[in-house]
Amino acid sequence: MTMPRTLYDKLVDSHKVCDLPDGEMLLYVDLHVMNEYTSPQAFSGLDEKGLPVWKPESHLAVVDHVNATRGRAAPDAASQLLIDNLGKNCAQHGIALYGLGDPRQGIEHVVVPEQGLVAPGMVIVCGDSHTTTYGAFGALGFGIGTSEVEHVLATQTLRYRRMKNMRVTVSGDLAPGVVAKDIIMKVVQVVGAGGANGFAVEFAGEAIRSQSITGRMTICNMAVELGARAALIAQDDVSHAAVKGPYVNPAEDWHSDPGAPFDRNVEINGAEIAPLVSWGTSPDQSVPVDALVPEPDATLPKAQESHGRALDYMGLIAGTPMTDIAIDRAFIGSCTNSRIEDLRQAAAILKDRKVADGVTAIVVPGSTMTRLAAEAEGLDVVFRDAGFDWRPEAGCSMCLAMNDDVAMDGERVASSTNRNFEGRQGRGARTHLMSPAMVAAAAVKGRIADVRAFVEHKDL
Amino acid sequence: MPTHVTGRAAPFPLSNIDTDVIMPKRFLRTITREGLADGVLADLRFDTEGNENPDFVLHRPAFRGAEILVVGDNFGCGSSREHAVWGLKQLGIKAIIGTSFAGIFYDNARKNLLVLASISPSARDAVLQAIAEQPLDVAIDLDQKQVRWDDQSVPITIDQATQRALVEEREDVSDTLSLNAQIREFEAKRPNKLVVRVPK
Ligand code: SF4
Repeated sequence: MTMPRTLYDKLVDSHKVCDLPDGEMLLYVDLHVMNEYTSPQAFSGLDEKGLPVWKPESHLAVVDHVNATRGRAAPDAASQLLIDNLGKNCAQHGIALYGLGDPRQGIEHVVVPEQGLVAPGMVIVCGDSHTTTYGAFGALGFGIGTSEVEHVLATQTLRYRRMKNMRVTVSGDLAPGVVAKDIIMKVVQVVGAGGANGFAVEFAGEAIRSQSITGRMTICNMAVELGARAALIAQDDVSHAAVKGPYVNPAEDWHSDPGAPFDRNVEINGAEIAPLVSWGTSPDQSVPVDALVPEPDATLPKAQESHGRALDYMGLIAGTPMTDIAIDRAFIGSCTNSRIEDLRQAAAILKDRKVADGVTAIVVPGSTMTRLAAEAEGLDVVFRDAGFDWRPEAGCSMCLAMNDDVAMDGERVASSTNRNFEGRQGRGARTHLMSPAMVAAAAVKGRIADVRAFVEHKDL
Repeated sequence: MPTHVTGRAAPFPLSNIDTDVIMPKRFLRTITREGLADGVLADLRFDTEGNENPDFVLHRPAFRGAEILVVGDNFGCGSSREHAVWGLKQLGIKAIIGTSFAGIFYDNARKNLLVLASISPSARDAVLQAIAEQPLDVAIDLDQKQVRWDDQSVPITIDQATQRALVEEREDVSDTLSLNAQIREFEAKRPNKLVVRVPK
């Protein structure tokens, strides 16, 4: 009898080319995805060594991080250089490029599922930490650095150390108004920002199973914020139905065997999750929207220091109700929350409502296809009528503010993104993470707002 | 790379320092690996006019030119940008001592021979205390897997592969290409249907 294995271990085993010394292995990569800013030095590394790309057809490059979203002109010369450089490298090596103007262009982790390039059982890597998104399909996705990008270009493999296994079970039914973003923010809060370092995390439980593929992508996407090197959800009818491409291996069932050993188990009661908002500068610093900005824990002197620092940076005083915090900007977008379902949820809040005076609100669909689909349903009209700026080009935009969508020093942003780090959305900018519907609610109120007061949330 | 790294150590003990803070995005619009030293922790090191922040640890006389950082938990979390590691190296940082490092940052450091020494929280606090009093040289011994200062020594947790990669200055791409027959064999056995062909 074979030993029961976790889904993660099955994925690794099925892609092991050979063992290497010191407990490492060579791991085969089915698909490698690139963007314009973490790949240039990998290509120059290849050129310096005079090496070809091992298997050009199994790579995809997109332009998403630096491009403007108001139009196609690059925000500046340095960004244009990155875009041109990617074009040159892809042409030279025969790699598919979905660049600006291509109908398939968009944020890498939105484009890959949309184009049918992910299926259960695959290994997908990308020079971007949110590659964990593909776990929603039962595929092993993880982020790599530029040296590894070069390695996978040259060899179609990575030198790999097996991670430990963690299972996060979110049981029960979610309360009304609670969505996938709240689930993952809760998990980050419970496990901690580095709590899953060295682990691959499998999400299980009814609250996970009941999520659509979009919700699952949101959850797996942000698993990297707890340090997870991979996030996985077992294959089921939902993920099966969402697979668009031909790369399904019927020989395998991609789930953990009963009794498979997990090094760590975390249990969360889904019914107790409330809509969450981050108050600090680490994604684990969040509270229910109807709570107060928390006091530092007096029993933890070290935590107190980072707590105080976060309050300082965020310009907040402990004890303030979260819903008293006024915002300057609202941003809906990013690979966490820019898919059509996310846009629908935000639009449901905005219908027949207006963005508050003094709030600059923008929405950047995750891909060109998403934008067109949204426009076909009239969502753009809902957003525009409410006072949102509906951007005509897709990209990461203010998720990392590498283009010209930048928040100013001291400005406060209600954001559907994944990171509230210091400076993430602009030097001195203050980010509050929340679901897209909550961003819409905050835009309308002009301050952080409880989405539950807005709708019969059954439709969220 | 020798098995020892020794240098002046500077305290930088904040938790969850992410790579956005280590290398802000305005330094990422580049197609080379060069010129990143100024970007390291730029928003903490410099004011908006580009003047040095005199309070920043590496600008204090005792720690100027330090080659080792002693950091808080979960250092290097967030974005995969290897620019963070390139910049730290270019600034002259040879090693970082902490309790835990984020995975991608850890792998990036290894590829660039930046030594990351994981020690226990109590050991890290002891190092912090020692260097808070006076400027001090700290030694990282990859052979013995120890951090040493004064007459103290504490064990480093490091996997065999990373330790060897650092000491032997391995060049991974050519090493892997020497296994090309195995890679071809794996590919030959893979069902054709599973071979990803991205439409151009
Ligand atoms: S949307 Fe944000 S998190 Fe996602 S790939 Fe772009 S920058 Fe990274």
